[in-house]
Amino acid sequence: MSDTAHDPVPNRIHARPVPRPGRWIAAAIVVVLAAMAVHGLVTNPKFRWDIVWAYLRDVTVIRGVGWTLLLTFGSMVIGVVLAVILAIMRRSDNPVLRSVSWFYIWFFRGTPIYTQLVFWGLISVLYPTLSLGIPFGPEFVTFQTDVVITAFWAALLGLGLNEAAYLAEIVRAGLGSVDKGQEEAARALGMKERTILRRIVIPQAMRVIVPPTGNETISMLKTTSLVLAVPFTLDLTYATNAIGNRLFEPIPLLIVSAFWYLLITSVLMVGQSYLERYYGRGTGSERPRRGGPRRPRFGRQAAIKASGTAKDDPFLEVTP
Amino acid sequence: MTTPMVEVRGAHKMFGDLHVLRGVDLTVAPGEVCVVLGPSGSGKSTLLRCLNELEVLTGGSVRIDGELLGYREDAHGTLHRLHPTAIAQQRSRIGMVFQRFHLFPHMTALENVMEAQVQVLKRSKAAARAKAVELLDRVGLSDRMHHYPAQLSGGQQQRVAIARALAMDPEIMLFDEPTSALDPELVGEVLAVMKDLAAGGMTMVVVTHEIGFAREVADHVVFMDEGVVVEEGAPSAVIDAPAEERTRDFLSHVL
Ligand SMILES: Nc1ncnc2c1ncn2[C@@H]1O[C@H](COP(=O)(O)OP(=O)(O)O)[C@@H](O)[C@H]1O
Ligand SMILES: [Mg+2]
Repeated sequence: MSDTAHDPVPNRIHARPVPRPGRWIAAAIVVVLAAMAVHGLVTNPKFRWDIVWAYLRDVTVIRGVGWTLLLTFGSMVIGVVLAVILAIMRRSDNPVLRSVSWFYIWFFRGTPIYTQLVFWGLISVLYPTLSLGIPFGPEFVTFQTDVVITAFWAALLGLGLNEAAYLAEIVRAGLGSVDKGQEEAARALGMKERTILRRIVIPQAMRVIVPPTGNETISMLKTTSLVLAVPFTLDLTYATNAIGNRLFEPIPLLIVSAFWYLLITSVLMVGQSYLERYYGRGTGSERPRRGGPRRPRFGRQAAIKASGTAKDDPFLEVTP
Repeated sequence: MTTPMVEVRGAHKMFGDLHVLRGVDLTVAPGEVCVVLGPSGSGKSTLLRCLNELEVLTGGSVRIDGELLGYREDAHGTLHRLHPTAIAQQRSRIGMVFQRFHLFPHMTALENVMEAQVQVLKRSKAAARAKAVELLDRVGLSDRMHHYPAQLSGGQQQRVAIARALAMDPEIMLFDEPTSALDPELVGEVLAVMKDLAAGGMTMVVVTHEIGFAREVADHVVFMDEGVVVEEGAPSAVIDAPAEERTRDFLSHVL
């Protein structure tokens, strides 16, 4: 016990905690179940851990990881750039820009990503040539579609254009979260609208935009497994499935792909937490508060509901 | 006679069907401190916001140092709306301090004071920093320069906001109830900075309920009610010997 003579609280309370046998029982049950699960994983020969180990470092698998990462980040970049444009259009005074943005979001969110990917894969059948020119007027440059839009670009565009619709709502919710007084103060200082957006509104909106965008990136990592719809056949899921089918050992190869997805997700989560800390500066969250209340996350659902393009139904779930 | 710093003529402002300003005239000479009094909802903030184009007048005109705000008048007397860039340039010469401070929360006090100097006046970072340091020192915050707004008290935030406006070397400063959001013990430090500014010859238009400040610092007091100027003159007249019943009624509630 501490020396009571130096205790600044002379009448410090030394009470016994409430007995909580239920906690111990629950913990024991969970530990036993977890041990059973691990035991089942390790001792069941059908998991073929030898194959898992061999193919974790297989060249085709590693290349698949590379393609999956490229698709994830490439489509997120396309998505973010388009989303910022769409969100700014949605805030504009110009009704044409507002409606186009609304229509885009409505369309890309209203059809399955799988359908969109198949469509992008068929684009060269629909339009054998692509040309730049004036609608119904002269054309200046013409391309062979299947040369310009390869399976990779079709996959990237398909994922990016779809993601933009979701990110646009997140960006819009972020821009809307910034106090109107901020814009006014900046305007009163003589800043131009573009400067206000770039220096005042967007940096503050990032605090709201970054967490769900991180979640979207993690979600995108896994959505890339749908690119076989294009068909694009080099990504991690396709590569591991192909090997699994060839070996007649699908299960160990599923574990291989799960391992890689988990590893990348974990790295992304670390990156996300750094970004959140950076954009949370000035809000007191730069000082670590262990166990303190966490900021509520603005999820995809919240953003969609805020958008007004979905029905106002609290139980409505909208997924890609 | 010298050109007035502020000259408002027949100002009308409608918000939809709501007629908020109903023909306001106001003249403020250079170096003068004008205090605007009036009950809540009488249009004081709206008038102030029209003085730097945060609101656009429905009728009438505002001239700042002789220059028509928001429009160019051609030889036939037709008004042409100015380009937003030109309006932004006009605003940069008019400082404004808000009731709720509106500091930029993602920037430190120093960065708040530097931002518009760099973005609007295109000063170098070094020059902007030097000016910001000098102004923060002047408002008594040299030891708080690297604090974020959330780490400052309301009185400190408002003093940073004043420094931020002064950094643009404004010709005139507008204050909209600068102490109304403050705890009573913090009001004095902000008023002290404002008195110091007035003593330095700054032209100021101040909306406030601080009658003591008005009596001590104002050259000119304006009492507004229901979108019109009811009474104006020296503080000794308007505050201590009001001629109008509405003024007396209002003062009896705030004094
Ligand atoms: N942007 C606005 N839209 C509609 N009405 C407004 C707006 N701003 C102010 N008003 C109305 O104008 C009136 C005067 O407001 P204000 O100028 O803020 O008064 P004061 O500052 O004297 O309290 C109030 O009735 C207020 O509701
Ligand atoms: Mg007001």
